[in-house]
Amino acid sequence: MTAAIEVADVSKKFRLFRERPTSVKQRLLSARSRAEDFWALRNVSFDVLEGTSLGLIGQNGSGKTTLLKIVAGILRPTSGVVRQRGRMAALLELGAGFHPELTGRENVYLNASFLGLSRRETDRAYDAIVEFAGLEEFMDNQAKFYSSGMLVRLGFAVAVHVDPEVLLIDEVLAVGDEAFQAKCLERIRRFQREGRTIVLVTHALDTVRAICDRAVMLHQGRVHALGSPDDVVREMRYLLLGQVDEGFVPEEGTREAEIEAVDLVYPNGSTEGPLVRDDPFTIQVDVRTNEPVDDLDVDFEILDGATNHPVLDGRASRAGVTIGRFDGKRRVRFHVSSFPYTAGKYWITIGLSSRETGRLYHVQTQRYLLEVIEVPRVQERVDVPVTIEVEDL
Amino acid sequence: MAADAEVAVRTSEASHLRIAARVRDVASRRETLLNLVRKELKVKYAQSVLGAIWSLLNPIVFLAVFSFVMRITNNQFRDYPVYLLSGLLAWNLCSVSLTTGARSVIDNGNLVKKVAFPREILPLSAIGVALVDFVLQSAVLFLFIPASGHGFHLLELSVYPLAFLTLIVFTTAMTLWLAALNVRYRDIQHLLNLGLLVWFWFTPIVYSGYLVKDVLTRHPVLGVNLWNVFLGNPLTPIVMGFQRALYAVVRPIGSPKPVLPDVSLPWLAGVLAIVLVASLAFLRLTWGTFFRLSGDFAEEL
Ligand SMILES: Nc1ncnc2c1ncn2[C@@H]1O[C@H](COP(=O)(O)OP(=O)(O)OP(=O)(O)O)[C@@H](O)[C@H]1O
Ligand SMILES: [Mg+2]
Repeated sequence: MTAAIEVADVSKKFRLFRERPTSVKQRLLSARSRAEDFWALRNVSFDVLEGTSLGLIGQNGSGKTTLLKIVAGILRPTSGVVRQRGRMAALLELGAGFHPELTGRENVYLNASFLGLSRRETDRAYDAIVEFAGLEEFMDNQAKFYSSGMLVRLGFAVAVHVDPEVLLIDEVLAVGDEAFQAKCLERIRRFQREGRTIVLVTHALDTVRAICDRAVMLHQGRVHALGSPDDVVREMRYLLLGQVDEGFVPEEGTREAEIEAVDLVYPNGSTEGPLVRDDPFTIQVDVRTNEPVDDLDVDFEILDGATNHPVLDGRASRAGVTIGRFDGKRRVRFHVSSFPYTAGKYWITIGLSSRETGRLYHVQTQRYLLEVIEVPRVQERVDVPVTIEVEDL
Repeated sequence: MAADAEVAVRTSEASHLRIAARVRDVASRRETLLNLVRKELKVKYAQSVLGAIWSLLNPIVFLAVFSFVMRITNNQFRDYPVYLLSGLLAWNLCSVSLTTGARSVIDNGNLVKKVAFPREILPLSAIGVALVDFVLQSAVLFLFIPASGHGFHLLELSVYPLAFLTLIVFTTAMTLWLAALNVRYRDIQHLLNLGLLVWFWFTPIVYSGYLVKDVLTRHPVLGVNLWNVFLGNPLTPIVMGFQRALYAVVRPIGSPKPVLPDVSLPWLAGVLAIVLVASLAFLRLTWGTFFRLSGDFAEEL
């Protein structure tokens, strides 16, 4: 397979002016003094193979949009090369070129032409666009009479009807209500089935895990992680939760005691998932001490990968279990009697701490993956109260 | 996707402008260009009852007022409205293109920052809008000329296409240049307004070209015939071309002096041809500048 996009050692330097010199005078006066260099991207390299989807994540200001603009040819890299094959459309903004004085119809044609659609292609897609936006009655009204929601729908409707081989999407999916977002995702899935190449920038980490084949995480303009979406998203979560500035801290603690191994034991006794919903499982933590500890406490927390909310936790001390003084190795098992949460991915954090002082010996944040699936089963009969009402018509 | 699909390579280098390839790029986006022109026209006349009729009304009022004034003042300048308008419309096409074109990239900053397209489309659309007005207003003039009894002179009219082509090439060259520079140096647009004012009065539009030629030729400065310097303003031969094509008569019957500079038609055509070639070279130059700078537009806005 060939690469649809090759990003090779791309760096981008912006000149930051405290006040951008926009006149000859200012420019002469501020020749050297005021400008500061700012590297928005540094030595970024990755490929996107044809027909695959890449998720591009990172905190605000990490350089995602800048990178997308370089791939799209809107910005020039300061160094490095981008090679891009095939017809491309970049959705950095919905409704580019929309003007309030134009009618919905005219705006569709203008916007579509900016996205690279010819008039004939727009003619062909027009009905579908209007239907997708659900604005049949409004197309001959001027856009200034549209609500902002209608404008977004129209912009998106045009955007999803572009017909590129390579599609760059920058957070445009973040707008709109949930139903609308679901519609967007459904569209992206269809693009994928049609074999298009997609680069998706988003802050919705679960979207990345759900639909991307690979992911790249940028941090302060550098590639911080690159690989499977699960791995990259996990690194991203370390960073977000840890709120660390330089790099992420997947583990921390003073290490009098250390987590040596963690296994998830499923009902069939194996340590290979996934878990069927409502089934029990066991979290097995092997602890090794580096010096004798008196008051070890062990805890776990399970985070819903889809929402980033904690759903379940447990702590030895809270359950009245004393591990006691020891030196060497011990195994602690948390038997979870049933896991009633919906199918999806869950992340497990394990912590060793001092029961008395709260001192953290060793914490591994969201290190272990619990995958939950749902299998269809025969529905049981349950008593649901039904009330009956009769009225005259 | 075909294995030999076109590969776009993006590097730090501003790629060298290859005119043929670039023209193809721009031409492939001509629908965007037309849509933009249409948008500008719509917006310009939005909420006006008469719409594009305003464009027509402008020269009609001009013609009416000047015909009236000339009659009651019993002026010697025969058919002055025809003379004035044939030069003025050409001037307007150029000056409107320059003022709106210079702002075009900045005014569409949001598009430039968010969408990839050949940036030339923006100044070109400004020219397109001015061109639509030019065509509408010229139509009025073309109706007025026979209606007023002035009439067309076919031989002279034949210089019209050459004058028009030269005007377009020169205007495009200037507009691209100003649009690119204005992104970096915003005072260009203020300077431009001032410059246009001076430029206008140094071009024989409202006054007779012959008068200038006569005065300058009779009073050489340090042995230099300033008329030749005056002709160095490319708009002078261009405007002269339009006047010669439409007003046509160098010396109207009954006039004490010629109105148009008393040069032969081939001479004028020759000068226009030279200006055209020079404008083409200028266009190549300014397009190169525009192309080189356009890579950084998104950053500078
Ligand atoms: N034209 C510019 N001039 C100067 N600095 C810029 C310019 N464009 C972007 N930057 C800076 O580059 C950095 C990266 O910006 P970018 O928009 O790529 O971030 P991002 O990852 O898309 O962030 P977000 O998640 O908020 O969209 C930011 O610090 C921003 O201030
Ligand atoms: Mg961004």
